[in-house]
Formats: sequence, structure tokens, C-alpha cells
Amino acid sequence: MSIRVENLIKKYGKQNAVNDISFTINSGEIVGFLGPNGAGKTTTMKMLTCFIPPTSGRAFINDLDVEANAIEVRRQIGYLPEHNPLYTDMYVKEYLQFIASIYHLPNTSKRVSEMIELTGLQVEQKKKIGQLSKGYRQRVGLAQAMIHNPSVLILDEPTSGLDPNQIVEIRNLIITIGKEKTVMLSTHIMQEVEAMCTRVMIVNKGSIVADGKPQELKQKFSADVLLVVKFNNELNPAQLKELGQQAEITTANKNEYHLKGKDEEALKSMAFNFAVKNQLMLSEMKVIENSLEDIFKNVTR
Amino acid sequence: MFSILKKEIRSYLSSLIAIITIVVFLVANGLFLWVFKETNILDAGYANIDPLFDLAPLIFIFLISAITMRSFSEEKKSGTFEILTTKPLTDMDIIMGKYFAGLIIVIFSILPTFIYFYTVYKLGLPEGNLDTGAIWGSYMGLILLSAGYVAIGLFSSIVTDNQIVSFILGMFLCFFFYSTFDYLGSFSFFKDTDFFIEWMGISYHYRNISKGVIDSRDIVYFLSLIGLFLWLTKIIFSSRKW
Repeated sequence: MSIRVENLIKKYGKQNAVNDISFTINSGEIVGFLGPNGAGKTTTMKMLTCFIPPTSGRAFINDLDVEANAIEVRRQIGYLPEHNPLYTDMYVKEYLQFIASIYHLPNTSKRVSEMIELTGLQVEQKKKIGQLSKGYRQRVGLAQAMIHNPSVLILDEPTSGLDPNQIVEIRNLIITIGKEKTVMLSTHIMQEVEAMCTRVMIVNKGSIVADGKPQELKQKFSADVLLVVKFNNELNPAQLKELGQQAEITTANKNEYHLKGKDEEALKSMAFNFAVKNQLMLSEMKVIENSLEDIFKNVTR
Repeated sequence: MFSILKKEIRSYLSSLIAIITIVVFLVANGLFLWVFKETNILDAGYANIDPLFDLAPLIFIFLISAITMRSFSEEKKSGTFEILTTKPLTDMDIIMGKYFAGLIIVIFSILPTFIYFYTVYKLGLPEGNLDTGAIWGSYMGLILLSAGYVAIGLFSSIVTDNQIVSFILGMFLCFFFYSTFDYLGSFSFFKDTDFFIEWMGISYHYRNISKGVIDSRDIVYFLSLIGLFLWLTKIIFSSRKW
């Protein structure tokens, strides 16, 4: 059990930033922590990394209590804080060496050059951090979080503010790392979760509102199937009425109709039979899956 | 602690803060002690460097506040505070690392004034005719005093994320502890407590040590002052957990 959280509550004044959440994350999982702004993602992560203590409840990293064994816990986690704070007047190598020296790593300079290679910082390694572009700063932040080879990585919005190419590179990096380690990352971008994570937790207003594999969540929360059908001709009102009796229908385009129903197969055969009966040619038929984005919108409303 | 110490000293040197502090301290002292008429050692008639020890505490009020103002304010403002506090370091590791880094820079600015010591030693008539005991005592007093200032400066730095506020607060507190108690005592306004009020100030103990008499009570005073402010710093440092 890499991360275990039991009834964690954090109060800021009267407001509950994190409201009684519990979960466990096993080693080897890449967990996406998803939620709108102010849902309590960052607060939860700050408690897991011993930056702020919980108001009540307990959290464990590798079965070590984050309050009682704070120093040992910090040794076992790698943390990339939100906004990726860095010493802008330090050189990339100097900074990584400083971080390595905090962990008392043997053979510091070898480890630093390994990290530079892993995060693709070779070209920029002689520069000051302040001179780097945002994408490279993010890599420095990641290198800093992973330099001591932690078993648990906690990344707060690791891809925010990057361009599409950089996002893909950082994602691949996280997937590579995630094969050996437990990764918990927060984001509010759905595609990111679908691309990287083996498990999604959606939080809203301090509580977990959905938890599961991306696929499971899709099935669980997609109540209706949306079938897009396109005929070669426009339907006349009578035909439209006939079709409307069998499924909920909306006209999307000239020849294009959206059918809504519970069962995907039934909907498909119905549309096919209807076309045969009315001697229409079915030029297109496709199912629009409920994306995670829709689930997110539904559960966090 | 040593990794923080090393990082702080490097950042002092690379941001020129250390160099500028040392240069300003030496230039100011040099002008007052050897050039300006009123405070000139050469015209004073006696072979001693007392003007240095009268002047240095006042210059240090500005310079030490300038050195320490960024130590926590900057980390808080840029968010690197969160990086440090989520690394396997205790609060005391971070505070003491920064404390000793500041102190080392200050001591380095004092070291070159040994040249003045040597010069006056050579110029004495007959050569070497000066109260070396008092001078060594004064140096020790000056180092203890700056150790106190650095602790005060660190405290002013942790209470705010604005460097200017921390600079002004640091100067005020250093000045307050250095001379306010002296003035208050000299009013003879508080009658019997006058001595005690004077005793609370830094300058009373600094003068004592400067005489070359190293009294354990003065040492204890300075150590308690340092301890008090480091302890207050620690309390504010942990306040993120409240």
C-alpha cells in the first residue's frame, strides 16, 4: 500500500477544503486526481507531503504516518508543487546538486547527470534556471522530484502551461516512471488522465465523487448511448415520426440524426431496419461514447 | 543543515550581496577611521582602534538587515519554501543553515579589519604599545553582537514575504536592542529599574566585553538573545502547521 488516507479533513476557518476523504493507492498505479479549481486537490497533496497537517484524519505513505514520521516520509516521496517553484538564480546542475545533497545521495554528480539525461535537459544544463522556458523548468522540477529515486511521486499539475509537444513528452516521461513507481498527479485536463492514468479519482468540493479505472467510470456514468446516423436523403415528417416512436431523436444536420437510447445494439439494429424498410441508404452510423469530460461535467456540477 | 548552509553561502556570493556588504562595510570603516577628520585614528593621539568598535555596531544595523532580509522572505514569495519544507530536513536544519551562512558572511567582513589592528600595532610608540586584551575582547564582542543581529534579522525575514518590510523591521529591531534601552536608562525616569533597563540592551554588554573583561554574564546575555530570536523564528516557521 503506497498511499493510504483515512478520513482526512482539512479546515480553513469554517470552510472544509478537504472533507472526510479516504482512499488507498497501491504501488505501481498512476492515479489521476481530477477536479475543478478549488476542489481540494492541492490541499490533499500538501497534507500527503507533510507541508501542512490535516485538521483530523490520518494519511500514510508506505505505511508511515505523515505526521509522526514526517522526515522519513519526505525521504520516500518526490514532490512537484503547484506552479513548480524554483531558485531562478541557480544553475540547473547546481540546483540538482543542492537537492541531491539534501538527500545525502552517494555519487551526486553521476545521479545529477542521469537525471539530466532522463528529463532531456542536456542542451540546457549549463544555463541558469531563470533563463529556461517553461517546459524546461517543468523538467527541472520533475528531475528535482525524482533525483532520490522515490517510491512515491506526487505531482501537482505536472503539465500545466506546456505546449502540446512538451505535454506529450512529459506524459511519456511520467508513464515510463510510473512503471516502477506509484504516481499520483493532479490535473483538470481530461485527455491527460485518459492518456496516462490507470485510475481516476474525481474530487469536488473536498469529497471524492468518482473513483475507478477510466474505462469503468465511462461505463458506470454513461447512462445513455448516442448514435449518429446519416441517410442519403432527408427524412419526411412521417418517417421522422415513425423513427421518433422508437427512440429519442434530434435532428443534427440536414441528413444527420442523433438517436438516444439505453442499449447500443438495439439502437443500431433499429436504425438499420428502419433504413431497409424505407429504402434509404445508411451512409454513416457511429456511436458517440460518453467521454470522461462529460462524466466530469456531470459529477462535479 | 550543511547543504542549506552551502547553498546559502553560494547564493550570497553569486548574487553579490556578500561582496557588496563586505565592500561597503570596509569602505565606510576605512573612511571614518583613516580619512575623516573627526573620527580619525591617526590624529587621535592614542594607539587604539576604538572608533572601529563604536562604528561597526551602527553600520551592521543596516548591513546585517540587508544580508538577512531575503533569507526567508524570498523563499516564501517564490514558493521555494514549499520545496525546502517537503524535503527531509527538520525546521531547525533550515533555520540553522541560514543562520550560520549569514554569520559566516558577517565574520568575513570583520576579518580584514585585522589590518587596522596590525597597522596601529606597528604605528604605536614604542611599537606594539596598545591594549591588545581590550582589542581581542572588542572583536569577540563584535562577533557576538553580529551573531545577535543575524538572529534578529532572520526573525524579521520569516514574519513577512516582503523583503523591504523585513529589512526595515530588522533595522528597527537591531537598533531597538542596541541602543534604545541605553537611552531609556539614561533618562533616570524609572529610578531603581534604570540599571535593569540598561542591562537589557545590547550596548551595555557590548561595552563590558570591549573592555577586555570577558564576563560569563555577558556571554550568557548574548547567547540568550540569539536563542530567543531563533526560537521565535522557529515558532513562526512552524506556523504553517497551525
